[in-house]
Amino acid sequence: MSNRITEWIDQRFPLTSFVKHELTGYPTPRNLSYWWNFGFLAGFVLVLQVATGIFLAMHYKADIALSFDSVQHIMRDVNYGWLLRYMHSTGASAFFLVIFIHMARTLYYGSFRAPRELLWWTGQGLLLLLMATAFMGYLLPWGQMSFWGATVITNLFRATPFIGDQVVVWLRGDYTVGDATLTRFFALHYLFPFLIIGAVAVHLVALHTVKSSNPSGINLADKDNIPFHPYFTAKDFFGLGVFLIVYSVFVFFMPDSLIEPANNIPANPMQTPNHIVPEWYFLPFYAILRSVPNMVGGVVAMGLSVMMFAFMPFLDRSRISGGAHFRPIYRLQFYLFLLDMLVLGYVGYVPPTSQTMLIGQIATLCYFGSFFLVPFISRAEERWLIRRGLPQGIITLMESEARDIEKRKLKQHLRKGGKHEPKFLS
Amino acid sequence: MEKEILGDGDRRNFLIKLTSVVGGAGVAATCVPFVASMNPSSDVLAKAETEVDISNIPPGGMHTVAWQGKPVFILHRTPEQIKAAGTSNGVSDPEPDSQRVKNPEWLVVIGVCTHMGCVPNKEGPGWVCHCHGSQFDDSGRVTRGPAPKNLEVPPYRFVAENKITIGKA
Repeated sequence: MSNRITEWIDQRFPLTSFVKHELTGYPTPRNLSYWWNFGFLAGFVLVLQVATGIFLAMHYKADIALSFDSVQHIMRDVNYGWLLRYMHSTGASAFFLVIFIHMARTLYYGSFRAPRELLWWTGQGLLLLLMATAFMGYLLPWGQMSFWGATVITNLFRATPFIGDQVVVWLRGDYTVGDATLTRFFALHYLFPFLIIGAVAVHLVALHTVKSSNPSGINLADKDNIPFHPYFTAKDFFGLGVFLIVYSVFVFFMPDSLIEPANNIPANPMQTPNHIVPEWYFLPFYAILRSVPNMVGGVVAMGLSVMMFAFMPFLDRSRISGGAHFRPIYRLQFYLFLLDMLVLGYVGYVPPTSQTMLIGQIATLCYFGSFFLVPFISRAEERWLIRRGLPQGIITLMESEARDIEKRKLKQHLRKGGKHEPKFLS
Repeated sequence: MEKEILGDGDRRNFLIKLTSVVGGAGVAATCVPFVASMNPSSDVLAKAETEVDISNIPPGGMHTVAWQGKPVFILHRTPEQIKAAGTSNGVSDPEPDSQRVKNPEWLVVIGVCTHMGCVPNKEGPGWVCHCHGSQFDDSGRVTRGPAPKNLEVPPYRFVAENKITIGKA
């Protein structure tokens, strides 16, 4: 019976072939490590956020007189409202954690390099959408941090040339962050996840065109690929189990650790809290904003700091494959960059003193410096590695890949010749 | 004859361009109401003026009132404070004190830091913004960064000896 139904569908819609090509039989490099789990995890968290978010929206009220209380109503009165709310607020942090690891893996293994530039850039677009969604969602509880975070960030648009002040008023719909701002942020916070889903579809189409990279950094020959199911479904689900344990620890045992205490005070436009901090995932970028003494310069630096990742395909000039795995200097640079991010995060968290300002300025220079140095270092490193001799593993892989390319070329040549023959005869 | 007209490539290209321009203008015009709907609505604009009774502010005291949803500091300055404010012109954004007040006894400034929009606290002489450490003197002028400009003076006027209207000069 089910066979007949599938047959009926397949005549009208490519169901079986789609599932076979893109899901179960999708060719995946057999050497993928657990670092390749995080794309799947990001997709999972997206579903989790959309699901909890829709149910929260059934109880939330986007009105400055009601919103703070409606969140308390969700926490106290709505059945399992506390769970939905904590899953959603923890989910935001989980989303960024997973995405940051996903990006770090891409940087470490050089997965952004040809032919995966467009895949990387669609990912960069997704990061921007995610940041915008998280920022707008943070205003909705209408606490002190919500209000002042939104005030500071919308104020950044004053840096727009000529019409800065008008742009800020237009964004807020008021002279300050107010009811109009809250309502539109709610509307857009509901819309953006669906834009993200659309962008994820584009991201996946790009992925399925160029296929996954792998820890060796070499495009593997067909024989080294295995079907996605059952090998990577099993691997992804194991990773999901580990992720869910960590996530549950936060949701059930320390949900408030990710919420600033000041956000339990209703928003007060007449009083700024003594110490305002953004959510942890924005801290490094916030530190860069604060480190530049000039306001417009700070805004530009912060915007650039998020966008710098998009330049990586142009900056990395090395032809040695395998990302940091086979490149000791790039690897060192990668770890120093992570350390610099942590320093920036710390500087963004503590109240500004002249000492932390100095540390922040040095760390900001290091942040941009590490990007600008990549082209020179990667070239020098390539020369050094070639002189020293490449490791045996990578030579074997490169040779096998070269043989495979030759074989493919030969096949194509024969096929073309076959096509041309009838023309010759006629 | 008809065939010649149909085959006229220039004519066809011109019509395609013209249609695209008219269509594009239509789309742009349709965007106007959507974009404009995000600007402050009439009830928000109605908050544009605030009348304040300043008779109950003692010398040296400060009141904070809301104007357009923003805090406005009204400082009743003592003769010493007026004297101190008159001695310098500020540091990063020089401006004489006399140009920032209508009556030297009363300083009226918008209580929004010109850096990132936080509300500075009254501390010692002047104000300190706790967000990023900007400092302002008793004329609302920035004495220490990162704020680029002095606290803004809103348009206001004395409607009576003890009453001001903020929002209209």
